Amino acid sequence: MSTDNVQVERLESVFSCPMPYEWSIGLYGSRFFQEIKQNRRFVGIRCKGCGKVYVPPRRVCGPCFEELTELVTLSDTGVITAFSVVNYPFIDPNTGSQRPIPYTYGYIKLDGADNIFSNIINETDLSKIKVGMKVRAVFKDAAEMEGNIQDIKYFDILG
Amino acid sequence: MGRRVAIVGTGQTYHKSHRPDVTSREMINEAVTVALADAELTIRDIDAIVIGNMDHFESINYVDAYSVEGSGGVMKPIMKVSTGGTTGATVAIAAYYHVASGLFERVLAIGFEKNSESDTTGAIITCSDPVWDRFSYSGAIPSLATEATAYMEKYGATQEDAALIGERDRNNAMNNPFAHLHRPLSVADIMNSPMLAYPIKLGDICPRSDGACACVLAADGVAQKIAKRPAWFKAAAVRHTYTWFGDSTDYNKGLVSMQRASKDAYAQAGITKPVDEIDVAELYLPYTWAGLKWIEDIGFCGPGEAAKFVGERNTHMGGKIPINPSGGVISTNCIGATALLRVAEAAIQVMGKGGARQVPDVKNALATGFGGCFWSDVVILSTERP
Repeated sequence: MSTDNVQVERLESVFSCPMPYEWSIGLYGSRFFQEIKQNRRFVGIRCKGCGKVYVPPRRVCGPCFEELTELVTLSDTGVITAFSVVNYPFIDPNTGSQRPIPYTYGYIKLDGADNIFSNIINETDLSKIKVGMKVRAVFKDAAEMEGNIQDIKYFDILG
Repeated sequence: MGRRVAIVGTGQTYHKSHRPDVTSREMINEAVTVALADAELTIRDIDAIVIGNMDHFESINYVDAYSVEGSGGVMKPIMKVSTGGTTGATVAIAAYYHVASGLFERVLAIGFEKNSESDTTGAIITCSDPVWDRFSYSGAIPSLATEATAYMEKYGATQEDAALIGERDRNNAMNNPFAHLHRPLSVADIMNSPMLAYPIKLGDICPRSDGACACVLAADGVAQKIAKRPAWFKAAAVRHTYTWFGDSTDYNKGLVSMQRASKDAYAQAGITKPVDEIDVAELYLPYTWAGLKWIEDIGFCGPGEAAKFVGERNTHMGGKIPINPSGGVISTNCIGATALLRVAEAAIQVMGKGGARQVPDVKNALATGFGGCFWSDVVILSTERP
């Protein structure tokens, strides 16, 4: 027996369930968030090989392939090296809902660090934000902190 | 150096934003069938397969196994390679290694993506570090946009300078029957399109496409019997940096992975003056500013010179070094196939099969892959057996 090969409606299968994960933050990463909570400051880590200070602190310097051990205290200020104002709606895979827009995504060189830190900048007016501007981190109240990146509320422009 | 290797056949599907008529494995089969026909081979002639895509996009983890009847890989050596946006170029390079090693004569390289099967931006966000970057990251568009703001600040390039790249590529796509977006855009159209993430507007960024691409690679001695004009590998370079954005986005240094990969590729190919010695370049430019900044990193012009170089139409069809005769990524973007399409287009140009988009007298063609987090692959193909 055979069936005629005629055009039919094209069907699709839809999956839409939450998928929980647990990510380890590691020793130095945990220290970074604890320093924010206890001392409201950033820490980085210096490579003995190349002298570079990384933020957030991690265990290995990629280019040197050396273990890192020397934690250093960093300023809560830095400079905008690049930014973009996010203006389109999208679903945040962390929450499953739409992330509030507009917001400003920024790459910040923290004073005392040699690499760049990505975070939110508290300014969406394009006439008030420029590469090279100085910024300062604004932290949540300690009671509200949860030991994650959102313990930093955003960076404020100092000018 | 390993055994010499050439591309002897290419195949691609037509591209659309949504192909509800096929599953991924059926779509892969379309590209493979065309590539085999182009090389006048059958699947029985193929010794091994390398395949790749952004496997988490469709939530199908073992794409090598999943797609086995589409790819022709039943009971053949098959391996999956997945390196983010660079996947397609890395697939081509892994297939090249297979043949160059001397262990396989004829190898199929396949890249594919059905972007329509998930939320592309949501999926791309999951490429970023879950502890540090994911909270503020919102997909490819704003991270590329940061590069553009830094570039504009440093060199004074304008949004119009970048839009000319979009106009060029979208015009080129009109000559490519396989391109997804078949509608030309002018600089004014791009400038008037909605702002997605400053300074990237809708007309500045690539689409999301469904599509697949396949290339047949063959060894020295075999390749000459298959193709009249094989596209010989002169160079293949891979440079991957960090995935943490803060470690790969020092824009004062430029796109370091592209600088290193192209330098390595030029050394392999014996090229000292890229603009004079390369006849056509098919570059993975996912947004317009990449067509300025990255051609500096790749050595087509000096730092800060790209706006002038492109403005003088050196990179248009008929120019000194035409870029993206296919219409590029801004016209077609099935992500796991996107970088393989660049390699395939370079092969098409070398083999003289470009039809209305053929650049005359191509000897050397350069293709790039870009993705992951500011990672780069470079391939140089040539009419000349190295």
